[in-house]
Amino acid sequence: MIRGVIIMNDQGKPRLIRFYEFQPVEKQQELVRSIYKILCSRAENVSNFVKVDSLFGPDVRLVYKTFATLYFVFIFDNSENELAMLDLMQVFVETLDKCFSNVCELDIVFNFNKVHTILDEVILGGQVLETSSSEVVMAVEDISKLEKNSNSIIPSIPGWQGR
Amino acid sequence: MAGPSLMDSLFQRSLDDIIKGVRLCPPGTEPTFIAKSLDEIRREVKSTDRQTKAIALQKLTYLHCLHGVDMSWAAFHCVELSSSSAHSHKRIAYLAASLSFNPSTTDVILLLTHQLRKDLSSSSVHDVSLALSTLSSICNPDLSRDLTPELFTLLSSGKPFVRKKAIAAILRVFEQYPDAVRVCFKRVVENLESTDVGILSVVVGLFCELAVKEPRSYLPLAPEFYKILVDCRNNWILIKVLKIFAKLAPLEPRLGKRVVEPICEHMGRTGAKSLAFECMMTIVSSLSEYESAVKLAVGKVREFLLDDDPNLKYLGLQALTIVAQKHMWAVLENKELVVKALSDVDVNIKLEALRLVMSMVSEDNVMEICRILISHAQKSDPEFCNEILGYILFTCSRNFYEVICDFDWYVAFLGEVARIPHCQKGKEIETQLIDIGMRVKDARLELVDVARSLVIDPALLGNAFVHGVLAAAAWISGEYVALSRNPFELMEALLQPRTGLLTPSVRSVYIQSAFKVLIFCIWSYGKLNGDDASEPSALTESVSKCDLEGTSETVVCESLSDTEVDNENMIIAGGQTSSASSRKYRLTKESIMGLVNLVEANLGPLAGSDEVEIQERVSNVLGFIELMKPKLHGPLGDGEGDEMKGKLEASEMVKLMFDVFSEELGPVSLSAQEKVPLPDGLVLKENLSDLEAICGDVKFPSSTSFSLIQPRILEKDTSSFPECNEESGPSTESTSLLAEHRKRHGLYYLPSENKGTTFNDFPPAHEPQDKTIDEAEDLVKLTEESLTSKKKQNHIKPRPVVVKLDDGEGLNMAVEKSKVKTDLISGAVREVLLGNEPMTSSSRSKSSNKSSKRREVDRIPESGNDIVNTAISEGSIAGSGRRKHQTHSKERKHLSSGKEKEQHDHNDKQKRDSRHHKHKSRQRAEGGINVPVQSPVIPDFLL
Repeated sequence: MIRGVIIMNDQGKPRLIRFYEFQPVEKQQELVRSIYKILCSRAENVSNFVKVDSLFGPDVRLVYKTFATLYFVFIFDNSENELAMLDLMQVFVETLDKCFSNVCELDIVFNFNKVHTILDEVILGGQVLETSSSEVVMAVEDISKLEKNSNSIIPSIPGWQGR
Repeated sequence: MAGPSLMDSLFQRSLDDIIKGVRLCPPGTEPTFIAKSLDEIRREVKSTDRQTKAIALQKLTYLHCLHGVDMSWAAFHCVELSSSSAHSHKRIAYLAASLSFNPSTTDVILLLTHQLRKDLSSSSVHDVSLALSTLSSICNPDLSRDLTPELFTLLSSGKPFVRKKAIAAILRVFEQYPDAVRVCFKRVVENLESTDVGILSVVVGLFCELAVKEPRSYLPLAPEFYKILVDCRNNWILIKVLKIFAKLAPLEPRLGKRVVEPICEHMGRTGAKSLAFECMMTIVSSLSEYESAVKLAVGKVREFLLDDDPNLKYLGLQALTIVAQKHMWAVLENKELVVKALSDVDVNIKLEALRLVMSMVSEDNVMEICRILISHAQKSDPEFCNEILGYILFTCSRNFYEVICDFDWYVAFLGEVARIPHCQKGKEIETQLIDIGMRVKDARLELVDVARSLVIDPALLGNAFVHGVLAAAAWISGEYVALSRNPFELMEALLQPRTGLLTPSVRSVYIQSAFKVLIFCIWSYGKLNGDDASEPSALTESVSKCDLEGTSETVVCESLSDTEVDNENMIIAGGQTSSASSRKYRLTKESIMGLVNLVEANLGPLAGSDEVEIQERVSNVLGFIELMKPKLHGPLGDGEGDEMKGKLEASEMVKLMFDVFSEELGPVSLSAQEKVPLPDGLVLKENLSDLEAICGDVKFPSSTSFSLIQPRILEKDTSSFPECNEESGPSTESTSLLAEHRKRHGLYYLPSENKGTTFNDFPPAHEPQDKTIDEAEDLVKLTEESLTSKKKQNHIKPRPVVVKLDDGEGLNMAVEKSKVKTDLISGAVREVLLGNEPMTSSSRSKSSNKSSKRREVDRIPESGNDIVNTAISEGSIAGSGRRKHQTHSKERKHLSSGKEKEQHDHNDKQKRDSRHHKHKSRQRAEGGINVPVQSPVIPDFLL
């Protein structure tokens, strides 16, 4: 299972925090700080996996990758394949890239809700839902359309009947 | 009223404004800005205008998620907004709920039930998927129970987009509400045959999660998984199926035989590293008995190790660590790569390599490996250096030093490790040094040597990390001073001025050790000169000689003769101290006096120390010196009678003190206390409220306390208490009680325990009046027992090289305790999957209560293999049966309707909602179950 997804910048400022098991918000902030501490101590061009048993319990690992100024972090346990997680992260970043056409940190900063929407299409309750970025992009576009419609048209009429 | 609301909505700041505001905040003012925004939000969120409310909630969620602001107070607003018909509002509300609700404490969650139910049945896929994702984040048992019918419907939804989300969400529902398994499991299983890759991927993922927790229940589904393993070409799905088989294969050997071939095929064919890695891991972890497969996997591991990508190298090493447990040849084959990885730039890789190297350690190579690693550690950065040292110390001490043959080497090695500049493992080394001292008698001589070299080195005193080691070294020097070559030198080392750098606790160890050394020296001296006093008739020769020396000879003469008879003396002394091999120090009156003066000069100033430990120990030493000094001077001056008397007293005193310290401290088994049998009539569980009354009027004289622990005598002696009377029998009832407890606890606890508290801590027996005589007898009996048991321990010591105490019992109990843990989900799963077995179905009628479920689980370990076998064969039958059931189901309908009654009670809750739909589907499911009971045995394609 995936335990959580974190995006933070190279200053340790969180940009997205999503845990799939309830964590009190203070604990979340603390975890982000400890993860940041681990990540910034690691050199470039080293492996992307870190064991984080001390933070999350036995057999929990994280995989991280830096994209420009951002760290993307996936936390997962032993029912996930390490390399597959790395691939999934790639899918997620690709999707962000497609949704924001050439994503940068500011896009993620100012599109809090949309990034969550995208993530929810990829992972649900810690389970991988979709591994094709184009499928995700389609769903997200649908949702955006729906949101726009519901804001302009009188909301009580369901303007959208499913696919 | 409309005024502020309108103003709020017109001039409301958007989320973007907040984000910009936070970014523009000068450093330090961020909290004030957030607090201000929060005030606004509190106002806005109460607005009746949905849009205003939505934006307020959106802002709040942002601040909560990324700036750690509490938003539990807004839980009800989330519920309110979720009923908005605008999808955008709904989304904001549900996101807020899933990010902030605590499933176990947020009480408004239940208010969301109705809205979630409505959205789960909505015609808009996005409403449904939103509700599903929220449900999986916040679901608690109540919510799960109430929404199970909706989920059941969604599990066979015609829209794959919705169906796969329902499958993913059902995992949380199962976890929270295991009874949902009975309702939904069949539908979930049906999805295993879906042709939609997305659905298949999620459902296999779901089974992977379930199987990781309790694999045995899912053995019956092996045929379905096998089919996917063979037919599927999607890497994501294959990885998950492999994970499932990694869990199932160890449970059923025939399964392993069956899957090993396709797995090897996949490994050979695939270009995807992730799949190759998974195949490799499955083989090495679960199919390690298939030699050829392991060979292939190790070949693949080597590819990974040779790859430039650090990730692959790291994962390859991890795989190799797993292989190493059963196939050491695989590590040896790749030895050079592993050793090379020790100096990789990547810490992960280095650590894995280190772990591998340590896994190779055996009795034969431990010295060589340690040597290599130590030289490596000295070249590494401090952090990794300590990792290495930690691993070495751990591996070498594992299971009572089982890999160590040459303790002399190991002890010297420990001393060497302690001196490594970056070493922070002082604590561990300290423990091991003392542990070896107590457990391994043969190593003590070398140990004393190592301790000496550590204590004597002034440079080490400055390094705080080594203080623990020095404490151990000082303790060893004092405890085994009889083995020391030169106690005088040792004393100087223990009292050197730089000991001021030590922490008080370590310093007090130093002082106590100095005390022991001092007493040993004086005793040896007394032994040399004063045998006459204690054993006047034993050796007339020596008596006359000593008399001669003691009375009429001059000091010069004495020292001269001492030099001559040095070796001889040592033999006399060594009679008791066994291997006093080659001590070269001289015992003369001057040297002893010098020693005493040295101690006095160095410890005198510490008598006023602020640290109680130091102060107390110093007082002990000084008090002893105070007593001894006149006696040591004695022989020089006074008349004969007095002198003899003085000598007698002195030697007795020294003898007493020496005995105190020569009593050996042995390791004590953790369970030693339990082994003391409870005396008859001793009632421990009674209420002890009348204890006060009994004990209140009895004043215990301190001399009556009974002790087997010698060091206590010392404490009394030096602090000028009346001498301890070991033989003082239990005279009154209360003293016998006290003695009882003292004996029981004094024996098994460290001698330093405070006498005063012992009494309070341990309740005397109930109604002591009647038991006086018994108690006294018991005491005698128990004293004997405890003494003999102590002797036994001493007997054990020389037998093996390392003293071990059988503490196994305690461990086993702990393991068993953790093993007995029932899993409700798997219990339910087993019921669903094995439901057709007559015995099980009869028990199923009662199965809605938890106890029968537990019984199901408990039954498994008892009948072990049988269950597995039936499970397998039935599973495969059921698997193929399902494909057939359409043809059979009509004939079997009467059977299934009979069964239905049994199921009625635990399903009727769900029925009221989607009765029609479910009814049909259950018939289908039941049909599937029932067919194989009567149908002829269908060839088991799996086995």
